[in-house]
Amino acid sequence: MRRLLATLLAAASLCAWGQSAEIANADPKVEARLKSIAHELRCLVCQNQTIADSDAPLAVDLRRQTRAMISEGKSDEEIRAYMVERYGDFVLYKPPFNAVTAVLWVAPGILVVGGLLGLVFMLRRRREAAKAPAPPLDEKRRREIEALLDSDNDKP
Amino acid sequence: MKALKYIIPLAIFALLCVFLAIGLTKDPRKVPSPFIDKPAPAFVLAKLHEPEAKFSPADMKGKVWLLNVWASWCVSCRVEHPVLNDMSRRGLVPIVGLNYKDARADATKWLGQHGDPYVFSVWDFDGKVGIDYGVYGAPETFVIDKQGVIRYKHIGPISPEDVQKTFVPLLARLNA
Repeated sequence: MRRLLATLLAAASLCAWGQSAEIANADPKVEARLKSIAHELRCLVCQNQTIADSDAPLAVDLRRQTRAMISEGKSDEEIRAYMVERYGDFVLYKPPFNAVTAVLWVAPGILVVGGLLGLVFMLRRRREAAKAPAPPLDEKRRREIEALLDSDNDKP
Repeated sequence: MKALKYIIPLAIFALLCVFLAIGLTKDPRKVPSPFIDKPAPAFVLAKLHEPEAKFSPADMKGKVWLLNVWASWCVSCRVEHPVLNDMSRRGLVPIVGLNYKDARADATKWLGQHGDPYVFSVWDFDGKVGIDYGVYGAPETFVIDKQGVIRYKHIGPISPEDVQKTFVPLLARLNA
């Protein structure tokens, strides 16, 4: 068990090492900023991974590009704009609010508000129904009920 | 009023089904390109077969042309290749190849084996131009008009059907 754990840890550290060793003499400041930016960018080859997590060749290239732009002194905003210009809003894990993404941003709010309104409406109706007096029973119905109750009493 | 109680959830469910059904018909790999109706990004690259000769998209001004991203390691390119060969035989449109992240020797050998439909290919060995064109999966094909504006991007292999249904009418319109 311990040996397995040691092997797994070694493998994991190897993975981490694999990425940081992507370039020689990595500047820790650049790498830290790269990490924060790369975590917001989608790798379009393996769409549910960020370019920080992906090992796809494109992700490696985009990390290299981002690194170069950081070294050139570009701001995070400029780097994001660079990516969007080439790959569209889809590259951002946090898409901007615009005409195309409006539904995406607004729909959850509408659903929550709509659900709450529906709930309030339903509860109010239920309360009013409870307040209203029960309709009087007609004679035939009353006799039926009494007969049932009586038959129940007869049981031991 | 009572019927409404049943109709509303049913309507919401039906609407959801419609949205999901539409979602099923869409390929998540086909991301709309931000380049449509924008000028093709400029670059200067060496040609694949003549390393001394340079090419820039500006050289094609006045012509409608295709920029096809391909590589010898790209499996889908192999599927697409006979279609490109056919387009080239028919003289539909000049096709410039963007050889993407490939070794020069592998690329030329591949063209020797499978035929060369390109007027020429340019060699993007480090994928820099690929990034500028937002390439994320070869093959990709850009249709560029006489003014050097990208009018259409095809992601994935072009099928013979795509040629007839999309490319032929589009090229005719752009050439008109």
